[in-house]
Amino acid sequence: MSDVIPQGRRPRHLTPARIGVYAFLITAALFFLLPLWIMVVTSLKPMDEIRLGNIIAWPQALTFEAWTKAWSSACTGLECNGISVGFWNSVRILIPSVICSIIVGAVNGYALSFWRVKGANILFGVLLLGAFIPYQVFLYPLVRIFSMTGVYNSLLCIVIVHVIFGLPTMTLLFRNYYASLPIELFKAARIDGGGFWTIFFRVMLPMSTPMLVVATILQVTGIWNDFIFGLTFAGRENLPMTVQLNNIVHSTQGERAYNVDMAATMLAALVPLVVYFVSGRWFVRGIAAGAVKG
Amino acid sequence: MSTVSLRAPSISPATAPPRRRLLTRLPAAFALLPTALIVLIVYIGCMLWTVRLSFTSSTLLPKLDWVGLAQYSRLFANDRFLTSAENIVIFGFLFISGCLILGFLLAVFIDQNVRGEGLFRTLFLYPYAMSFVVTGVAWQWFLNPGLGLQKLVRDMGFPNFTFDWLVNQDMAIYTIVIAGLWHGSGLTMAILLAGLRGVDNDLWKAARVDGVPTWRVYASIILPLLRPMIVTATVLLATGVVKLYDLVVAMTLGGPGIATEVPAKFVMDHLFERNNIALGTAAATIMLVAVISILAPWVYMKYVRREGRHA
Repeated sequence: MSDVIPQGRRPRHLTPARIGVYAFLITAALFFLLPLWIMVVTSLKPMDEIRLGNIIAWPQALTFEAWTKAWSSACTGLECNGISVGFWNSVRILIPSVICSIIVGAVNGYALSFWRVKGANILFGVLLLGAFIPYQVFLYPLVRIFSMTGVYNSLLCIVIVHVIFGLPTMTLLFRNYYASLPIELFKAARIDGGGFWTIFFRVMLPMSTPMLVVATILQVTGIWNDFIFGLTFAGRENLPMTVQLNNIVHSTQGERAYNVDMAATMLAALVPLVVYFVSGRWFVRGIAAGAVKG
Repeated sequence: MSTVSLRAPSISPATAPPRRRLLTRLPAAFALLPTALIVLIVYIGCMLWTVRLSFTSSTLLPKLDWVGLAQYSRLFANDRFLTSAENIVIFGFLFISGCLILGFLLAVFIDQNVRGEGLFRTLFLYPYAMSFVVTGVAWQWFLNPGLGLQKLVRDMGFPNFTFDWLVNQDMAIYTIVIAGLWHGSGLTMAILLAGLRGVDNDLWKAARVDGVPTWRVYASIILPLLRPMIVTATVLLATGVVKLYDLVVAMTLGGPGIATEVPAKFVMDHLFERNNIALGTAAATIMLVAVISILAPWVYMKYVRREGRHA
């Protein structure tokens, strides 16, 4: 039926073509929803029911036991304090990392777009290239530097790492935004005698709310979802939630408690999901701002 | 004492004497100093350090001897690395083309004035908000042959149905692709949809007046117009390909056997678990060379050349 091709921008009729459009969209939606649905129903089932199969069925004996277990007593290796440990670690990593990387990005973007500092373009160019280079290229020397300076395996260490690797995106984001502001604004502030920091705090920052929101969304989801840096730099005491989740899933002795695994997975996905659903279009704007407008 | 500025769009007041101008720019230079140091030490320094280490015989601790390309010849005789390289090519090709095709279709279908457009968009993109670890764990559970999809279909009355890709050496890498598609195609959809919304409506009217079939408009007019968005999406997806690590670790741990090993995991394992720093850094250097040779032309076109025109 090659002639059932969706027709663009027609008035609304329920033609076969329209039905085809909806059929495709609904099928796709089911594909995207299925894993989430399975996670939710599995996390609400007791193990007896899971062993019977029927992975997509709604639980017959609904229980939240797996969720409490995942939160407070699931085993990550030798310790059995649940994923709550990882949750709070992630929060402690997230807050300073997001704040610091945004501040640095905003100052960089501002300095790069309004002040002609020698070599700034080269700096920006290298930074942009750096965004594409695989992290594996930097990791080992960074570990050496951090252990030589004594900050390795600490909260400070992981925050510094997040700031370092957030630099390209954050700088690009703010540079593009400030570059889109009229230059007269800056000139006027200069004529009025504003210095570097005065103009930044009194003129630019108050105008940056949209970019601050976008940057926050981007960094919160990015840092919360990070795995490789947390694994490498945070140290055993500060492992973020993603690493803890991976440990829970892969360290179970004997039969795996799938319901606990799935509850832990849901818990780990919760923060970015909430950010996503609350932020709506801003989320898309965040992804696009770093790339499309560049 | 007025200075004639040679750079055309000089921003600081043209009447300021040079020394004062330098002084007012000093805070800006200071503000950029930390970033400059990070770029110098981390982005350039650590990179060179890694490349240098790949020419040594370092194992548990770094040494600074020189063994030439010995590590590289070991690397290209290493099954695990060759499998990794092959896997990343398979994954990269299928993931990028799959995301582009699926994302384009989703964007086109959403763009047909459908009801509940916001809902569809939200549903297609939400996986992108979740981490690769979550994605990997979820798909591992869904695709496990014992209790997952295979058992589900068998219980529905098809006792011979087999879907054991997750534990099948030859097919496991494709399960990673499926999970990747689920995670990333919504992003492509969002970017391309933004592009479709930017298409002039008159274009559609003109095409309709001329009686051009819709698919033809999409293929011959819309797709070329979307080129910048397609490039953007491709670059974003490609950086995801290079970073592929968490998804594999969460989903298969590189297994069964070494069937789903990828370069990033090869490097991590050799640096931090197998105590073979030289081999690990050699693999990292290969990754670096591969990425630079693919992306350098694009970055040059997009940023450096345009920078030159504006200045």
